[in-house]
Amino acid sequence: MKNPFDNLDKVLEHRVRLQIMSVLVTNDGYEFSSLKEILGVTDGNLASHIKALEREKYISVSKSFVDRKPNTKYKITERGRNAFKKHLDALEAVVKQQK
Amino acid sequence: MKEIQEYEKDIASIRNMMERSAKFISLSGLSGVLAGLYALAGAAVAYFSLHYPVSPINYRTYSLQSPEAMLKLILIATAVMVASIGTGLWLSNKKAQKHGLQLWTTASKNLVINMAIPLVSGGIFILIMLYTGHFGLAAPACLVFYGLALIQGSANTFDEIRYLGFSEIILGLISASVPGYGLIFWAIGFGVLHIIYGVIMYNKYDK
Repeated sequence: MKNPFDNLDKVLEHRVRLQIMSVLVTNDGYEFSSLKEILGVTDGNLASHIKALEREKYISVSKSFVDRKPNTKYKITERGRNAFKKHLDALEAVVKQQK
Repeated sequence: MKEIQEYEKDIASIRNMMERSAKFISLSGLSGVLAGLYALAGAAVAYFSLHYPVSPINYRTYSLQSPEAMLKLILIATAVMVASIGTGLWLSNKKAQKHGLQLWTTASKNLVINMAIPLVSGGIFILIMLYTGHFGLAAPACLVFYGLALIQGSANTFDEIRYLGFSEIILGLISASVPGYGLIFWAIGFGVLHIIYGVIMYNKYDK
């Protein structure tokens, strides 16, 4: 049998990244400030993980201005959705195998 | 490689994030109770200024079609609505602050947008009904459209809102089949139901 650990996504092994993906897979677009609040992380921490997910093209960014204030919104990409699903399946397989 | 408990925690945190990110959890149950009380007060004012001394449970044999009466009812309904929304925003903001959250989040924005669609279409529809002289079904239509808005919005907040929505629709449909009792049904739907569900939500989430 193939080792389910091999299917785990290295990029998504980090909890904060996994949480960002969980939020974006449920919601059609989420703002930076709302993400920060729900995850309870600092600006810098969140920004660095977002950058990592962007680099993998798992999420996309749209920047606009609302009342002259910059508003940054993130969306999950099709590639990101597939990667998330694959990682979640692998997580379940790993946990199941140990039981 | 991480410990197996870490992977279990990963799965738990996914579930937690999916749930929390989509739901507006600062909605105040107490504001539902107050909205219900405002609606009952509004219904009482409407009854004493328009129907009295006819008993509210008697079938109304006269029709409410004078422009003054209509204007009065619309003013009372608007006042109840403004007071309820204001209280809702104020108490929900307080609840959010208590938990260190913000009132205006992606979840609460989605809640407002989703509810606005049935509410605005319903509101316009009811105004057209009144304008074209179809007074009889205005109160039931308020209840039905409000129920649809609640069900639509319930995806972004507590599940109780969904059941409140179904209750409002059922009440609206019953009300539509017994014309003449609009005010009573309106008072039950916007008054009594809000108080009941407000108390349930207060006990479950506000404490």
